[in-house]
Amino acid sequence: MSSFAETGPREPVTEGIRVDKVQPRAQLGKKIRAIIVIIVAIILLVPVFVMTMTAFKSRTDVVLPPKLFFEPTLEGFVFLLTDRAQLSDEALAEGKANIDQMGIFERVALSSGQGINGPSDFIKRLTNSIIIAFGATIASVTLGLFAAYAFSRFEVPGEGDLLFFILSGRMLPAVVVAIPIFLMYRQLGLHDTYLGMILIYTVFNLSLTVWLLKGFIDEIPREYEEAAMVDGYSRFQAFYKIVLPQTATGIAATTVFSLIFVWNEYAFALMLTSQNARTAPPAIATMLGRGGIEWSAIAAGTLAFLIPVLIVIFALRKHLLRGVTFGAIRQ
Amino acid sequence: MDPVVESGTEPPIQEKQTRSLSDRSLLSLFIWPTLIILIVFNVFPLAYSLFLSFTDYSAVVFKPPEWVGFENFERVLFSEALWESFSITGRYVFMSVGLELVLGFGLALLLREQFTGSGIITTIILIPMMLSPVVVGLFWKLMYNPTFGYFNYLLGFSDPSQAPDWLASRFAGEPMPGLALWAVVLVDVWMWTPFVALLIYSGLKAIPDYLYEAAVIDRASSWFQFRRITLPQVAPLMLIAVLFRTIEAFTKSFDLIMGMTGGGPGGQTEVVAIRIYQQAFLGQFQTGRSSAFAYMVLIVIIAISNLYIRNLNKAKEG
Repeated sequence: MSSFAETGPREPVTEGIRVDKVQPRAQLGKKIRAIIVIIVAIILLVPVFVMTMTAFKSRTDVVLPPKLFFEPTLEGFVFLLTDRAQLSDEALAEGKANIDQMGIFERVALSSGQGINGPSDFIKRLTNSIIIAFGATIASVTLGLFAAYAFSRFEVPGEGDLLFFILSGRMLPAVVVAIPIFLMYRQLGLHDTYLGMILIYTVFNLSLTVWLLKGFIDEIPREYEEAAMVDGYSRFQAFYKIVLPQTATGIAATTVFSLIFVWNEYAFALMLTSQNARTAPPAIATMLGRGGIEWSAIAAGTLAFLIPVLIVIFALRKHLLRGVTFGAIRQ
Repeated sequence: MDPVVESGTEPPIQEKQTRSLSDRSLLSLFIWPTLIILIVFNVFPLAYSLFLSFTDYSAVVFKPPEWVGFENFERVLFSEALWESFSITGRYVFMSVGLELVLGFGLALLLREQFTGSGIITTIILIPMMLSPVVVGLFWKLMYNPTFGYFNYLLGFSDPSQAPDWLASRFAGEPMPGLALWAVVLVDVWMWTPFVALLIYSGLKAIPDYLYEAAVIDRASSWFQFRRITLPQVAPLMLIAVLFRTIEAFTKSFDLIMGMTGGGPGGQTEVVAIRIYQQAFLGQFQTGRSSAFAYMVLIVIIAISNLYIRNLNKAKEG
């Protein structure tokens, strides 16, 4: 602008269009950028890698100073999934005699002098997590889908305020809401029940599902339904037969985001459950307390707990940013 | 509501009257279940805890709430522990959000040019964020362990007695206040920098090329372009990132810190959420007083999330 007027053109502009992007030696720069990014990604994965390693270490290896090579065992997983008791010398000798007929779990337990009594608490926690996560997700996606369609297609009085109200529910700290919910649940007998947990998670997921699904439905042209309605479909038929199939990807992405949220939730589970409906995250966190820290079992537990999420992340990578910003920002 | 506005959305056909009716009942049918469940589980509890915050009440004592007026608020406002936990939360937010912005901006600039495999890299760097914060906290508790953790090992400390014990705020046996908070902040940065980077990256992608073309014609330097085009253009998204992370510091930091330190050592990482939890659910179950405390946090959160949602709406439109 002014600098141009003062100095005038000295030489023809030969650079690429965006100077800060396309410099001379851009090719080399690009390679360096790629290398730095890859290094950053590797650094980010180090803790996940360490956790995986720990899950396969034996009890004695875990508490030794760090090293990269060790003898992998399944001890962590066996300790995680089973309830065991220390065997007497006779039982141990007997077990060793019959080792050929034993399953892999029993063999591992035997090698540390223990016999398996039955499945551990962790299996129940994991089952609870699955039941509650799926229940809450189905409920919140169904309700969210209807509400999102209404917000997207109809003139809702006070739409902005209602959407604000819906999303602000998500912003409340769990501890703040949990105090009155705890008292309410105790009155209603919902404390430490599946239904109670499914309800509270449904509420907290609704904000995500409404906002996300509204974004997806907004992208479907209204003309499709209008054409269908001219052809004699009712509004509900148009919703069911036109909009629903078109939103299938959006619904899938939303489902998975609510699943991940419930799967990972800790604060409500800690405060609103005790024995019966407790999910895996608070259970993993309290595994610390039981007679000495069994790090390999904890690592195995976190690993078993992470794998479903990891699979989902890779399946969903196109929608990731959308999901975590409530659908407002596209990638 | 204005009837003119509504009729504008209707298809211009003969049976307008019946369709508009069925549309309206469908609208209520679609929206009300969601609103009712939100009112029952969000509005009612908040109203109830507002009432409790003016009472002397403990959830484990079988005695009805006793009205005490503003006593709880007075006690909370004049307690040093409260301001201490607010100040810890403030430091936590400032340190982690600051680092995340700087590192995230750098990472976004690096990712700006696509290269082979950049798609898979953007997926990989988002992994930490999608993990359960409490489990991540445990992860890092193991990483930070002074004798067998990998963190010190990778930093090059070989002798545990001469190395920092991060979560205990000790360095080579000597107390070193603040170390535990930094350790927690570091994990927060590990989890959330990629998210901030991706937000900024999507902002960078949206900058129209003609701005840079005009700048090149005007012979603007790279630095000038960065300062006058890139920075202002991504500023809205940076603001969203800051607000989002601030809200999360009040909400999700609970999970992370509970997994790592539980508020320790000696309350050095006791952010407000943990303090409320301890008051409300441990020891004496001071339900009334912790409700008053929670309400004060709530006011802060509502103010921040109001700003956040407004900017989010702007981002959606723009």
